[in-house]
Amino acid sequence: MPIKLFKGPRAARQIVAALAASVLLSVGSAYADPHAGGTLNLVSQPEPPSLMHGLVTHVSTQYVSGKVLQGLLTFDTNLKPQPVLAKSWSASPDGLTYTFELQDGVRWHDGQPFTADDVVFSFQTFYPETDVRLAGIFKEFGVSVDSPKPLEVVFHLKKPFAPLLYSLGNGLRPIAPKHLYAGTDFRTNPYNLKPIGTGPFVFKEWKRGSYIKLVKNPDYWKKGLPYLDEIVFHVIPDASSRAAAFERNDVQVLRSGDADYSDLQRLSALPGVVASEKGYELYAGLAFLQINVRKPPLDNVKIRQAILYALNRQFIIDNIFFGAGKVGQGPFSSSTPFHDPKLPQYTFDLAKAKALIAESGVDVSKTRIRLLNGEKGGAWERLAEYTKQSLQGLGFKVDVVTSDAATWVQRVSNWDFDLTYNFIFQIGDPYLTNSYLYRTDTIVKTSPFANVSGYQNPVADALWDKVANTPDGPARTQAYSELENVLNTDLPLAPIFEMSFPTLYHSQVKNLLQTATSLNESYDNVYLDTPAP
Amino acid sequence: MNGLIYLGLRLGRAAAVIVGVLVLSFLLVRMAPGDPALLMAGEAGIDDAQYIARLHHDMGLDRPLPAQLLTYLNQVAHLDLGYSYRNQATVWSLIAERLPATLLLMGSAFVLSSVLGVALGVIAARSQRRHGWLDKLISQGALLLYATPSFWLALLLILLFSVVLDWLPAFGMETVGQDLHGWARLTDYAAHLLLPCLSLSFLFLALYIHLTRAAMLEAMGQEYVKTARAKGLKPSRILYGHVLRNALLPVVTFAGLQLGQLASGALLIEVVYAWPGIGRLLYDALSERDYALLLGVFLVISLLVVGFNLLTDLICRWLDPRIGSGRQH
Repeated sequence: MPIKLFKGPRAARQIVAALAASVLLSVGSAYADPHAGGTLNLVSQPEPPSLMHGLVTHVSTQYVSGKVLQGLLTFDTNLKPQPVLAKSWSASPDGLTYTFELQDGVRWHDGQPFTADDVVFSFQTFYPETDVRLAGIFKEFGVSVDSPKPLEVVFHLKKPFAPLLYSLGNGLRPIAPKHLYAGTDFRTNPYNLKPIGTGPFVFKEWKRGSYIKLVKNPDYWKKGLPYLDEIVFHVIPDASSRAAAFERNDVQVLRSGDADYSDLQRLSALPGVVASEKGYELYAGLAFLQINVRKPPLDNVKIRQAILYALNRQFIIDNIFFGAGKVGQGPFSSSTPFHDPKLPQYTFDLAKAKALIAESGVDVSKTRIRLLNGEKGGAWERLAEYTKQSLQGLGFKVDVVTSDAATWVQRVSNWDFDLTYNFIFQIGDPYLTNSYLYRTDTIVKTSPFANVSGYQNPVADALWDKVANTPDGPARTQAYSELENVLNTDLPLAPIFEMSFPTLYHSQVKNLLQTATSLNESYDNVYLDTPAP
Repeated sequence: MNGLIYLGLRLGRAAAVIVGVLVLSFLLVRMAPGDPALLMAGEAGIDDAQYIARLHHDMGLDRPLPAQLLTYLNQVAHLDLGYSYRNQATVWSLIAERLPATLLLMGSAFVLSSVLGVALGVIAARSQRRHGWLDKLISQGALLLYATPSFWLALLLILLFSVVLDWLPAFGMETVGQDLHGWARLTDYAAHLLLPCLSLSFLFLALYIHLTRAAMLEAMGQEYVKTARAKGLKPSRILYGHVLRNALLPVVTFAGLQLGQLASGALLIEVVYAWPGIGRLLYDALSERDYALLLGVFLVISLLVVGFNLLTDLICRWLDPRIGSGRQH
């Protein structure tokens, strides 16, 4: 059970009381075994742009279509791969061949059989065309895919690529049905809005602005599953209204972000409500201050280090994000095995910050710094204001420039900022995500998630190449440690906090948080202990 | 002036306003920072310049702005509002899907606020001399409603009637998952509509009360009322046949303006109650820089506002034939 999020003795008593009440409730009314039937009501916020999460990586899309479409693998909370459509897999000792045995007896929701052809099509045709990053990786590492048997798929590589398994997960790369996508324009394919998958739930209806309804797949390949009859995603745009709906048990689950941070403590103390931070291990969210290293005085590494020393990150977590996180330990999330626990830390130290500024010989008051604040919610606005105050205490002249989300994306993508806050999901191996924030070849003006800082360091670039090519083991761990130390010294991105994602749910919902991407999973073994009202 | 000529002139003016709104909104939307292609590429996890250039081309954003404007006006003239790439649907279909919900909300709020507001305004005006307390109660109550922010009131109503009392649903337009028909379906819609409708009505209800009350009091002191009394007409005939009819002119004018405000007020209420109308469609289109959809919603709202204003003018002319005839001066 969580619960850094909920602080103080009174809150602790409330939590204990809530948990006790939920236990009593469940004892009084629980079914002895997993119970089939019922409708699980969830919140869809924002409304997803598409229901094909192979094309749209938006979390709101994954949340819905993760119940319909499936990938080869998923990951447990220790980031170990687990079978989904792949029954088993093996890698050759040289890391150049990966063989996947597929589940038998799987059918698409339209009755067509699922075969290795679908997997080959997905990774040989669909993703190379739609997923620029994966296409780049496949090209660089010479990846090709074939199927020597109807239920066997082999990935051939020209040089080893250690994070391969992480790129084949459920969450990012579901298998696309070849018979519905081959020969079509993938991005405008009508099945992006009414997906046909192999998952435990079948897409039934999407009433835009109101709800998305999924119903039980009676021919699901895991016999006896799923338990639920229906899942309904309600589109509720206002946070207070979502909280009210949860309070009434009209919806049974609130994901992190569905409720305001300031409302979490009250909601978690409601009778029969469970709060947990589990289930986001693969995402490993890291919030950071993005620094444009092209702009003086931010081009000076001592200035960047001084800025991080001057930010009281524990204060930020406790008072701005209501305890939802822990201080960032470095460029990689400490919840993953790729972080070096011995990495030097920038513990809040104003004297040290002032000393570094003096050492740099830079007069920080001479240049005004623009802190670009995107529309991510009230807490982020307060974070920007706190940052401004902290830096002004060191003599910086800071202007907070607030913009809506679309403007923020455009300005950051075009490097039109000095400082800005952003966050990233690590998705297992840092090479697959974090590397794009640091590598010289990713200095492009097309995305806020590229190297918009303008950071260039040949040593770091070489280490990124090394971690990609080296198989998992001590040598790779050592390379990641060296890389993390370089990035931690150069600080084009100042790690602020490792985000925790509190999920609130009514205790009648069982088996909700079981993997490293729990909420976006298929829910094939989720059940309602007592029927939802 | 002949009634038909008057109608023709008003229609011409309305058409000019619509074209003006189209051109202005097109330019304003394009002047705002933000790029729909970048947003869509970001959602797809793509940072490829070629892909973004292709999106620009598909959306027609790689052409000069005047050419884009001309194309758009030509499209609209052919009743084609374009295609929403983000929603992968035509703008017409998206608006048609959501407009009924907004019209239902606006229409019910309009009827409730105008009918109840006029009735309470009449009661307040009538009771001013004999039952001063009733007039004060209605007037002060109206002031309280007027001063209360509608979104805050909406949240309080949800807390009271949905969370605490559990009498009414908290969000949405219908109960999902229950296959309701006939009367049961109608009552389900009504139950979902009640709180949003009340929240949207309250602000305008107060204005109707004050406006009707003031207009009634003014009309009661007019010479023609004294004449009517002297002629021995029944008080009810004087009140409803003469006083109210004249007092209604400013109320009807206000009603036309209110419909425009209702459309914008509905946006907030639709967000709070998760009501699936075009107000929310507009909000989403704005945050996603979905230009075609944004302009389509602007156009529909403009049509509503201009249409209702036209209707108001015609009703005013019916109530007072001197209007627009050149005889009022």
